[in-house]
Amino acid sequence: MAQFTLPKNSQVKKGLHWKAPADQMGESGKARKFKVYRWNPETGENPRIDTYEVPVERAGQMVLDALIWIKNNVDSSLTFRRSCREGVCGSCSMNIDGTNTLACTKNLNDIRGDVGVYPLPHRPVVKDLVPDLDQLYSQLASIEPWLKTDSPAPSRERYQSVEDRAKLDGLWECILCFSCSTACPSYWWNGDRYLGPAILLQAYRWLADSRDEATGERLDALEDPFRLYRCHTIMNCTKTCPKGLNPAKAITEIKKMMVERRG
Amino acid sequence: MSQAKATPSLKTARGLGSAKEGTDHWWMQRLSAIAMMVLSPLMILLVITLIGEDYATATAKIGSPFWGGVAFLFICASFYHAHLGLQVVIEDYISYHAARLTTIIVVRGVLIVLGLIAAFSVLRLMLA
Repeated sequence: MAQFTLPKNSQVKKGLHWKAPADQMGESGKARKFKVYRWNPETGENPRIDTYEVPVERAGQMVLDALIWIKNNVDSSLTFRRSCREGVCGSCSMNIDGTNTLACTKNLNDIRGDVGVYPLPHRPVVKDLVPDLDQLYSQLASIEPWLKTDSPAPSRERYQSVEDRAKLDGLWECILCFSCSTACPSYWWNGDRYLGPAILLQAYRWLADSRDEATGERLDALEDPFRLYRCHTIMNCTKTCPKGLNPAKAITEIKKMMVERRG
Repeated sequence: MSQAKATPSLKTARGLGSAKEGTDHWWMQRLSAIAMMVLSPLMILLVITLIGEDYATATAKIGSPFWGGVAFLFICASFYHAHLGLQVVIEDYISYHAARLTTIIVVRGVLIVLGLIAAFSVLRLMLA
């Protein structure tokens, strides 16, 4: 069955309260509370929500700035992924203020009150804010996200008209942060077989490419009640995408191609 | 403490492969929905016009070629649509394979029986 309650060892307990170090307090003396999901596989304890007080002068602009401040100044054991800090690498995707997004592009001014920070939903947790994304990477590999051709390779680059190139806009920008797939109820319930919005958007990126010659083969591999048709246009994917892309539309385009090739 | 974890591999992502179907199911669900968009208002109209009428008037009206046809087609479209839709709901929420398959078969059976009873009731009035 689809699981609606957390198993006993995943139930979230009340956590620690971390005050800001006195020498870090700013002139205003005001601090913002960050409520952060903590889980350490080595202790065997249930996950808990720790509260960190971050002086408003030190929090920085984005949620990631505040997390880095906490790690540097309050609690070095806080674990999260981050790399580029400008929304192009997709490492710091997490659930902030109830929405999957990138910590590095989520402005603190856009959040009212305390800042809730959780790992991406419905994935096994490796530690704290680090989710296990192996399944998604395997599914990405399964759609063979590279250019496939049978024609002899040309002596120079494969040309593409300006119009054909434009068809890839809204697709190539995906940074594989998986905010969308982990926001999708259909992916929560059937992620073992449903490919999910992120992977299907990647699949469409190659279906839409004028240079790719494996369109039929790709559609064959996708035509499945679970791989593709678990999408019920819930649209959580499009709503949550921190890059402003529209995976739901890409999935609909794949469904249109499926009908189109029947005659 | 290190826990041995079976890493999802390409083997599990590919699973049993593509079923190479699903398009028909999805497309027919859309088409039956469109059919019901046309038939449902007519069906509501039929019921409204029969409010307060006696049994003879009601059977005569449903037995007429036009209204009988509307009712018959509505029954076909709605039961077909319900069958397709409930299958998707069951597949969504029941992950244990044997339970999923059993529930789908039972629900399908019930819908076939109910649909046939409804369709034959209208047909009987039309052919009477």
